[in-house]
Formats: sequence, structure tokens, C-alpha cells
Amino acid sequence: MTQSTPTIGPGSHRPGPIVTGTPRKARRIEPFRGITMAAAALVLVLLAAIAIFLVAKAIPSLGKDQKNFFFTKVWSPDADPPLFGIAVLAFGTVLSSIIALVIAIPVALGVAIFVVEYAPRRLATWLGYLIDMLATVPSVVYGLWGLIFLVPHIRGFQHFLATNFGWIPLFSDPNNRTSVASRSIFVASVVLAIMVLPVIAAISREVLRQVDPGLKEAALALGATRWEMVRTALLPPSRPGIIGGIMLGLGRALGETIAVALVLGTSFAVSLHILQPGGNTIAANIANYFGEAGKNGRSALIATGLVLFVMTLAVNVVARTVIHRSAVRQGLVK
Amino acid sequence: MTTATASRPANQQWQIHGRRAFVNNLATVAMYLAFIVAVIPLGLVIWYTIGKGLARFSLGFLTHSMAGVGSNDVNGGVYHAIVGTVEQLLIASAIAVPLGLLVAIYLNEYGGKAFATLVRLLVDVMTGIPSIVAGLFVLAFWVIGLHKGYSGFAGAMALSILMLPVVTRASEEMLRLVPDPLREAAYALGIPKWRVILSIIMPTARTGITTGIMLAVARVMGETAPLLLTAAGTLFINTNPFHGQQEALPLYVFSSAASGTPADVNRAWAAAMTLILIVVLLYVAARLLTRRDALNRR
Repeated sequence: MTQSTPTIGPGSHRPGPIVTGTPRKARRIEPFRGITMAAAALVLVLLAAIAIFLVAKAIPSLGKDQKNFFFTKVWSPDADPPLFGIAVLAFGTVLSSIIALVIAIPVALGVAIFVVEYAPRRLATWLGYLIDMLATVPSVVYGLWGLIFLVPHIRGFQHFLATNFGWIPLFSDPNNRTSVASRSIFVASVVLAIMVLPVIAAISREVLRQVDPGLKEAALALGATRWEMVRTALLPPSRPGIIGGIMLGLGRALGETIAVALVLGTSFAVSLHILQPGGNTIAANIANYFGEAGKNGRSALIATGLVLFVMTLAVNVVARTVIHRSAVRQGLVK
Repeated sequence: MTTATASRPANQQWQIHGRRAFVNNLATVAMYLAFIVAVIPLGLVIWYTIGKGLARFSLGFLTHSMAGVGSNDVNGGVYHAIVGTVEQLLIASAIAVPLGLLVAIYLNEYGGKAFATLVRLLVDVMTGIPSIVAGLFVLAFWVIGLHKGYSGFAGAMALSILMLPVVTRASEEMLRLVPDPLREAAYALGIPKWRVILSIIMPTARTGITTGIMLAVARVMGETAPLLLTAAGTLFINTNPFHGQQEALPLYVFSSAASGTPADVNRAWAAAMTLILIVVLLYVAARLLTRRDALNRR
């Protein structure tokens, strides 16, 4: 079972100088090391394969597309000649994610600060778990709840926004379409906000918890109130980490499929009236359109998925780098 | 510290008046409010799902499929979906768990600095890949590319892509908690490194790793989007994950909700409740395991 060649380091019986730290000297060909390294390399291969296969299967439809893929506002890839573009979908994806973040960020930050600073010590951990529970509810359940419960129950609020804040272009409501229940971008954003809230709250909580207690004590010793301590000592060093958490939430919102697909249903139009029925996202369009898509349709959906992949990949790489840097700055990771 | 150097008399230090006190109180109220606002949707979702779900839930619901059941019929059940979900999760775990463990072992026990950092970043980035992209990949690679068609196995592959980073990160955290003296003691006895990892480090971290795996399973259990593109769903019982379309619990909820007839929506609620119950059970079991974990006891 053991290696036949005598070696220095772990596994050898030869007495030697005391090695501190991890035994790096053990440079020999170890089969098990090779196996684990192959597994690690497979992660790289997998990510590359995702990109390659999406590109490969997207190209046929992109070649047949008669209009510019990025600016066309129609979706009929199985027609002859095929016409389709991602403009409507990309617009809806970004718009719904941004509105979701606008709703979720203040609440998530409040929750994180509450759990770290305000909640009674004994309860804090459990209250944190409670918020984490939000992340455990499957997205399809949020979709079902959004469609059956939220769409009719939020009607009054949407109508209130439209009638009282209609002068804001986003909330304007020509033809008074919000007087009946409306499967709008706004409802989808509310559902998305609920789903990204636990992501942002969890990361922010961890970041806030890692702030040097000396800083907080110093602020309090100078006579700061609790809020002043939070504002001056707790938040500034946590800012990069919190921004990273928000970007992870953005990534989640951009890619969320089923909840949005159920809430919005199928429509294909660019509309800035977020309270009115309509709107669509890249991911939701894939879920809703896939069933009826033909050969070229599937390829076109893969093309939109590729765009989504690139978008979320970029957001996630930046988010992780920011989080990692802030951890390094606080001396938590080398 | 003395009254001579302090800007205010000592007896006034704890009394903060006026605007500052007001802002402080306002902030306190805001924090409590934020928490309540965050918990409300959780309560509503759980309350609504259980309330609506219980109304339709029965033993027959768990033991019948949807074969021959129309969208307006009130009978039918989720048996075929449970069969699919269990098979898909088992296969996905069989792929993702060994792979994830190996990656975690590499990262924590072997990793060279640059490569390990890169892999760690990529694993983190993989956590953020939208589930539908994993589905599209398996669709492009397996279902269309290799002409294998829809199957439970294709779904399981998509799920394993989503599980892999979760298993890896959780296991790595656990391996990191294994104290170094344990390793050094084992090396001192002349045990080769691979043997130390497999026979000493892994058993020590076992409970924590099991917890991580259960959380990963719970996480992918509710994934609908990748299965929609790979397992594709069916009304019938299909026990063979390698051939033909297969149903899964989240798919069942999605298609029933999208259909929209009252009977279908009722079935969707009951299936959603079944799904949440299983997920919550997994989470509770994982948390209980964590409590028994020697490494996590603080």
C-alpha cells in the first residue's frame, strides 16, 4: 500500500530537521494527489465546456437570424425566415433585477445590522436562521405564491402607485390597466426582491460580524449613540463586502427563471410602464418558450442563455473578487 | 477620563438629547421594522402553501400519478414526480459528492497557491451560475449534441453541476477545521499523506461534510429550470432515469401552476407543500447533525 521509493517528508521514517507548517518538501508523484488535482482541473474544464457548448449550439440560429440579434424586438425564431432578438429580454432582465435590488437592499442591510447589533444576543443566531429560511424556499414555490397570491393582492398597491405617482414615468399607467390585477414587471421584481434578500443579508451579516470589535468600542467610548457607532465604525470597513453581497444578489436576480416565468407569463414587448402587464426576462423566456420551440427555436434560446451566462459570470467574478479583497484587507484570508 | 479633560460633566455622559437621540431611536425602529418586513413574506409563503396544500393533500396524492388525469379532474397525484425527484437526486449526488470531495481535498490538503486560488474563485463563481444555464448546457451537450434525448439522467447531470460547488465549499470549510496537530501526529507515525487524508482527516470531518451534502441536496431539490430543459416532465410513472422523459416535484408544481385550472392549482399547492416539507426536513436534519459535530462545537 505504501510507496516503495524512500522519500523525505511525511511517510518517511528517516529522522530529519523539524519541519514547521505544511510539509512542502514532499515532492513525489503521489497518485492520490493526481486524482484530486484532476478533479480540481475538471472545474475549469466544466466551465469552459459550458461556454463552448453554448456557443456551438447558438451559432446555427444566429447564422440564420435575419435581423440584428442584439437590437431586434421580436421573437419568432421558428418562422421562415427566422427573426429574433434579445433586446426585449435583456431590457426586462436588467430592469426587473435593478428594481428588485432597490427594494431588497435597504431591507437586507437593515436585517443584517439588526441581527448583528440590535437583536437580543440569545435570539440573534436563530433570527439569522429565520432569514436564511427565505433562501431555502424553492423558487417554483415563490412563483406559485407570486402568481396566485401576490398578483391579485398587490393590485391595490399597484393602482395606488399608478394613480398617485403616475407622474413618475416608470409608474405611469396609460389606459388605466392597473385597475385590474396585473402580471407586471413590478410584481416580478417584488418576488425577486424576496429571493435576493437572504443572499444580501447573509453576506452582509458575515461581513459586519467580522468588523474589529475594538472599532465599535472606540466609537461607543467617544460617546457615539448606537446608530452613530453603526454609521461611523461598523459600515465603512464593511462597505466592500456588502457591495460584493449586493452583486451576488444581482447575479441571482438576473438568472432567476421559474418564479419570474410563472409571475409574468408570456409576452414580448419593451415597456417602461412597470406596473402594467407585460415584460419578459431572458431566463423566464427560456422556460416559457422552450415547450413550443422547434430546432431553430431551441438554438435561439441557447443563444440568449449564452448572453445570460456571460452577464452573470461577469457579475459573479467581480463580486467574488471584491469580497475576497475586502477579506484580505481585514486580514481574514492570506 | 477626569472631569477636567472631558468635554461634558461625567453625570451627563449617558444622557443624549435632542436630534441625536431622535435619530438613534429612529434607526432602532427602522432596524426592527426591516426585520419584520423581511419575515412577512416568509410567513405568508409558508402559511399560504401549507394552508392551500393541506386542503388537497392526502395519502392518495402521494401514491397516484397523473396518468389519465385531465387538468380539470380532481384526482391524481405526485407519485411519478417523487420517483423522479428521488432518482435524479441520487444520481446527481453520486456524481457531485465524490467529485466535490476530491476538489475540496485538493484545495485544502494539496493545493499549490496560484492554481488553488484560481479553482476556489471558479468554484465560487460556479455557485452563481443561473440554474437555467446548467440546464441549457446539458441540453446543448447531451440532449441535442449527443442525441441522447430527454431523460432523468440528463436532469441529474444538470443538478450535479449545481451541487458541485456547494459540496466543494462546504467540505473545504470542514476540512479546514480539522486541527493541524492531528495531521502532524499522523505524519509523525509515518503514515503516507493519502492515507492520513482518507483514514484520519475525512473521518474527523465526516459529520460536517454530511451536513454540507444534505444542504446541497436540499438546495438543488427545488430546482425547476434545469429539469425543464433536460428531464422535460411527463404525466406517467417512469422508473428508468436513463430513458425517456421523467417528472420531478418542482416540475410538477411548475406545470400545474402554469396550467392554471383550479384543480391543477390545488395540486400545485399540495405538491409545493410536499416539496417544502422534504426540504425543511433535510435542513433540520442537517442542523441537528451540526450540533452533534465535534468540530463545530464552540
